Amino acid sequence: MSVRRLAEEQPESFEFTPENLEWAQQQIAKYPEGRAASAVISLLWRGQEQNDGWVSEPMIRCIGDLLGMPYIRVLEVATFYTMFNLAPRGKYLIQICKTTPCWLRGSDDVTDVVKRKLGVGPGKVTEDGLFSWMEVECLGACCNAPMIQINDDYYEDLDAARTEALLDAFARGETPAPGSQTGRRSSEPVGGLTSLTGSAGQTGGES
Amino acid sequence: MPKLTIDGTEVEVEPGASLLQACEAAGKEIPRFCYHERLSIAGNCRMCLIEVEGGPPKPVASCAMAAADDMVVHTDSPMVKKAREGVMEFLLANHPLDCPICDQGGECDLQDQAMAFGTDGSRFAENKRAVDDKNMGPLIKTEMTRCIHCTRCVRFTTEVAGIYDLGATGRGEDLEITTYLEKAVMSEMSGNVIDLCPVGALTSKPYAFTARPWELSKTETIDVMDAIGSSIRVDARGSEVMRILPRINDDVNEEWISDKTRFIWDGLRRQRLDTPYIREDGKLRKAGWGEALQRVAEKVKAAAPDRIAAVAGDLACAESMAALKDLWDALGSPHIDCRQDGAQLGGGERGDYLFTSTLSAIDTADALLLIGCNPRAEAAVFNARIVERSRLGGFAAASIGAPIDANFPCAQLGAGPATLRELIAGEHSFAKTLADAEQPMIIVGMGALARPDGAAVLSAAKQLAANVGATGVDVLHNAAARVGGLDLGLLPGEGGRDVAAIMQGAQAGEVDLVYLLGADEIDMNGLGDAFIVYQGSHGDAGAHRADVILPGAAYTEKNALWVNTEGRVQLGVRACFPPGEAREDWTILRALSDFVGHTLGYDDLSGLRARMIELAPHFTEIGTAGQAVAGAASEGAAMADTPFDLAIDDFYLTNPIARASAVMAECSALAQVAAQDKEATGTHG
Ligand code: SF4
Ligand code: FES
Ligand code: FES
Repeated sequence: MSVRRLAEEQPESFEFTPENLEWAQQQIAKYPEGRAASAVISLLWRGQEQNDGWVSEPMIRCIGDLLGMPYIRVLEVATFYTMFNLAPRGKYLIQICKTTPCWLRGSDDVTDVVKRKLGVGPGKVTEDGLFSWMEVECLGACCNAPMIQINDDYYEDLDAARTEALLDAFARGETPAPGSQTGRRSSEPVGGLTSLTGSAGQTGGES
Repeated sequence: MPKLTIDGTEVEVEPGASLLQACEAAGKEIPRFCYHERLSIAGNCRMCLIEVEGGPPKPVASCAMAAADDMVVHTDSPMVKKAREGVMEFLLANHPLDCPICDQGGECDLQDQAMAFGTDGSRFAENKRAVDDKNMGPLIKTEMTRCIHCTRCVRFTTEVAGIYDLGATGRGEDLEITTYLEKAVMSEMSGNVIDLCPVGALTSKPYAFTARPWELSKTETIDVMDAIGSSIRVDARGSEVMRILPRINDDVNEEWISDKTRFIWDGLRRQRLDTPYIREDGKLRKAGWGEALQRVAEKVKAAAPDRIAAVAGDLACAESMAALKDLWDALGSPHIDCRQDGAQLGGGERGDYLFTSTLSAIDTADALLLIGCNPRAEAAVFNARIVERSRLGGFAAASIGAPIDANFPCAQLGAGPATLRELIAGEHSFAKTLADAEQPMIIVGMGALARPDGAAVLSAAKQLAANVGATGVDVLHNAAARVGGLDLGLLPGEGGRDVAAIMQGAQAGEVDLVYLLGADEIDMNGLGDAFIVYQGSHGDAGAHRADVILPGAAYTEKNALWVNTEGRVQLGVRACFPPGEAREDWTILRALSDFVGHTLGYDDLSGLRARMIELAPHFTEIGTAGQAVAGAASEGAAMADTPFDLAIDDFYLTNPIARASAVMAECSALAQVAAQDKEATGTHG
């Protein structure tokens, strides 16, 4: 992790679309009177979705005003959680898991490929506006390590070649199927099932 | 009441007390950084770890755990020692070793506790973290690499100062204390974070690199920037005041002071009157004391007693006012007044011009009505107390008068007397709030009293208090000298003129000489051709208009008494000597009395104090608030319909010392810009 600051260049203003505003009001209504601040994460998340995936300074003020929160309190939340991007990002945001299980299984190779192919540092956007990347801590899919997250989906069981293929596919405008890239189903054993091999009707007990 | 054993001694503590408090009660010192008696508990520094038997097999943060019956606590076990050393090692891992160039050196909690509880080495071999410094305005200097993330500053600004500017962004090692977009902290109370910061991350900008704490002589005295009379400590080196810090006084200022109180000291060095002056051919020239006093005496003797007048200013000490009063009585002039702003107070019962229910009563009040009063500007420290009370909930506040920028929820009921009448008639919903409250408080400020119908307003407020069952009306003064002046009777005598009439008289040529005792707040152009004697410490409005200047001492340069708005007589102690030829104020009047042939009957301070006790017996009771009864509301005089004004429009520039201070000027300019921005955007920040 590194120091998280608001982007240098900021848009003039931010406003929720009418639909999102209505949604925001529903979120606020979930909390008791005077506790509107509880909705801050939901609103930041929705704001980020609306704003091409990043949280801008005017958005922080807009949400502060909506929730009756001092701006600094919204900024605290936005800078605390790494899931909020504080600067514009590429169309595809690649989050590379670097925590121990993934690292033991070769996340360094994956990172190398991403760095080489994208040619930009973490948090920066490629010239075509397609990609940006960052390192993250465990995303909870260690059993299929190493893995990366691209936008909302997990791509697992990677190595250098598979990562490269994945990025090429995205660059071509395709959306590869998420999940394991070796063809195994979810996180079943790599070498095929060793237990629960019978059919669904069988009564177990011995295996 | 939980009973527990701490290091073998049994103690009993209040229910709800923390283990840390229990340890203190048992006489054990617990190191801490984030814990502070007057702030909420954060429990984030871990320095206060102790061992609780039978609890989890790890040290416990004593500040964040409640004491319970039968606990067995150790504060000096091997586990505790190891835990403290560990925490200290972590804290120092990223803390720079720049003590030699750090202003906190010598009074740094981290330094002291590292000495007492740390070890002599570190296993941390990596690079230390560095943090960008933040701009926090002209008062607070930042060195954020030194920050240990205790969040005391953040908690203070939100919980006490009532501003929401400071926060902690990021997390973990990258946590940073900052203001939103690095705006300057705009609060009258911001300087207190300097005292609260346990390390040298937040230090005083004006004081930066000027002194080390051990070189300073420390004098415990009181402040005169407002009528609260905060307890302060003045640190001086030689003849110069280097800084001003708060002292703990739960009845008055808890342990806070306002920025004006704290940073006024550069004003004590500028624009000083250090020698007598006489005006000759329209120009002031330096003069000796004998010459100057002779000149004044000639003019006094030449004028009929009915044609001389005296006005006492807002910072005057009780001693000088008593001497002035005696001198004027001896001369036979009834024209004397201590109310530069024309407040319609004094003369009647003492309780009619005091804050009778005492300042600390706000802690238990549940409804508050402000009439023509803006506590944030007039008594910033008291305002913080309202903020604290307000945060606890079950508290309703409202204001009548010009809209105020309150930093606690405060309903604006109306602009003036009309609203007050509605409340008295019970036609206003807030009247019910007051009536239903257990302990309603009605505070009347100078905005409502310093006007021709002030007495009627006070009477109306009393009526309201009686209607809603409040104990009385509390008068919030804003001049440190005022209550003392009223106590000593610096009011027009039989047929005497008040300030407005003195000015009229001077304009009309009916008053030949006006003696200004530190009075700078009146319109000097309104004094006609009268001969003006100015006695005071600073070359402000009065000195510019004066025909003779008699240089006096500022509040840090004399042993003197002031009476605060509660009627509390407080002792000011000299921290350093007045500059040059300047003298303690009462001695100037004593000397003048010789020259005019009416020698005052006291030769030393104790003689004068005895005389003051004759005039007002409560001057014996130093430190206690006035036990005074108020008169009943009077019928008759009607209130005008004009709305109540604000008594103070610039918090930072209310007196001659403040106007001489460059720091105050900068703060004032910044506050004006901020106010304009606020108006322009209409946003809160
Ligand atoms: S700046 Fe000082 S008071 Fe504020 S969090 Fe850091 S160490 Fe604590
Ligand atoms: S370590 Fe990578 S997903 Fe858990
Ligand atoms: S004082 Fe207890 S954790 Fe800081």
